[in-house]
Amino acid sequence: MFKLKRNPASQPNSWRTDNLPAWGLFFVMPWIIGFLAFTVYPFFASLYFSFTNFNIINFSPRWVGLDNYVELFTYDPLFWISIGNSIKYAALLLVFATVFDIFIAYLLSLNVKFLSIYRTVFFFPVLVPVVAASLTWIWILNPRFGLINGLLDLIGVKGPNWLASPDTAMLSLIFIAVWGSGRQVIVYLSGFNDIPRSLYEAADIDGASGLQKFRRITLPLLTPQIFFNVVTLIIFSLQSFSEVYIMTGGGPANSTLLYAVNLYNRAFHDFAMGYASALAWIMFLLILGLTLIIFKFLSGKVIYER
Amino acid sequence: MAVLRPALANGRTLSDEERKYFLVRRAKTILTHSVLIIFGITFMLPFVWMVSSSLKPNVDIFELPVRLIPKTYRLENYVDATNAIPFWQYLWNSTYYTVFATIGSVLSNTFIAYGFSRVRWRGRNVLFIIVIATMMLPFQVRMIPLYVLFAKLGWLNSFLPLIVPNFFGNAFYIFLMRQFMMTLPRELDDAARIDGASEWGIFWRIAVPLSKPAILTVAIFEIIHTWHDFVGPLVYLRHPTKYTLSIGLRLYFTQYGAEWGLLMAAAAMFTIPMVIFFFFAQRSFIEGITLTGLKG
Repeated sequence: MFKLKRNPASQPNSWRTDNLPAWGLFFVMPWIIGFLAFTVYPFFASLYFSFTNFNIINFSPRWVGLDNYVELFTYDPLFWISIGNSIKYAALLLVFATVFDIFIAYLLSLNVKFLSIYRTVFFFPVLVPVVAASLTWIWILNPRFGLINGLLDLIGVKGPNWLASPDTAMLSLIFIAVWGSGRQVIVYLSGFNDIPRSLYEAADIDGASGLQKFRRITLPLLTPQIFFNVVTLIIFSLQSFSEVYIMTGGGPANSTLLYAVNLYNRAFHDFAMGYASALAWIMFLLILGLTLIIFKFLSGKVIYER
Repeated sequence: MAVLRPALANGRTLSDEERKYFLVRRAKTILTHSVLIIFGITFMLPFVWMVSSSLKPNVDIFELPVRLIPKTYRLENYVDATNAIPFWQYLWNSTYYTVFATIGSVLSNTFIAYGFSRVRWRGRNVLFIIVIATMMLPFQVRMIPLYVLFAKLGWLNSFLPLIVPNFFGNAFYIFLMRQFMMTLPRELDDAARIDGASEWGIFWRIAVPLSKPAILTVAIFEIIHTWHDFVGPLVYLRHPTKYTLSIGLRLYFTQYGAEWGLLMAAAAMFTIPMVIFFFFAQRSFIEGITLTGLKG
């Protein structure tokens, strides 16, 4: 995905003397300044804060060594709960969203009529602002008068208390996230459309079944899109905050307390900025490790050449 | 449909085997559409429910059995929603934030991406790898130090912490625009150079006009992002006069949770600009997403 394109004109022997770094640096200078101020500085500052007891009121970090990390791993039950919740959320969302989005994109790739209408429909949830969507879902999942339990009521079923019951809250949030994953459908659809028809025709002549064609042609040639979507979905779902913070606030009984929600609460409700910085660093290392593992195991399986 | 036994141009009717083939194909088409329609309706239901609730008087909101089509319409919900919260103030704040954040993104990322794609200089690719690497850094790691930094600058409760960083580029947009600019023919630059154009002239007269699709994509993504943004305003804007629609709407919900008619009316008014925007820029939207998912 992030492979650098090698432009034949940029081979080392074509370096031009009239193009010394000056102009290049001139153009990327805003990024360098921003990088130092808004990435490098916060990166090291948060590492430093994570070894301090830091109160937002008086802005005076007090060095406490590894205390925050010790507390986090040994005393704080919410740390482990939120890690478990985030992994559960990311893993289930990954499975459901990937299967569902590939399925829908596959149907859309079959030369259906009204393609642009369908595509708009599945993309539509992406357009609804997260607060508007979250409030609407809270109302849809209202245990008595909401749309879902209201419809269940019509057939005489008493629906669960979706967002307010520890058994169903997490699953509800995951399904809402699948509803909002229309971007992935578009990416998969473009992948399906890029697969040359001739391959399927050749397979037809050889008498391949539908399942064989899917496994031997479609799936391998879809790997660049799968790889891109899986990586971005994992990185983003582990950082998920807004929807969950608005809809459940981490409850009931911490059953949907995602890592980022716990971190925000620590930083901006309890004002434990040092502790929250330690949480942030653990999160960073977790995401970095996961991304590296995915790159190691999956990037070799991605088929770019066609 | 009368084509169950279609005749071919030469008048021959189809054999049973051919007929079976066409029937199977038709069945598959019907099945595909049925599945898409069922899922499509499910996907649109939340929005339908939002609009339907926004038109119901309060007595009908809490009524069983549920109705998707309101029994009586109460358009005043929309007027009441703009009075129950300082709606126009929030709308103005959201618009202000969106406009300036988008201007910043478009200017800075076009500029920076040019330096990473069209100008050849030593160290460029190393630096670009660092750009990509910053995408891996979760927002949460930067959140606290940035909050402290902006607090010390006295920027809290203003839009500066949300807008100013946009003028310094964003890894994802730089990546997107660089990939696009790499595909522009290099001969154009060389021709301009022979004609005596400066590096700045090439950027302004050639790269920028030719990169319009990518610039549009960045603008679209940024408009959506800022219009939706909840975390940023939640962290930095603590004063009610500065609230965006995101924050204001949620605040109203936490205070008057049961006013679903008004809440849904406000949510609909919050959503509709994005929908209108989408229909005008639909093609660029889809192309932009495809661009990010494919290239590289």
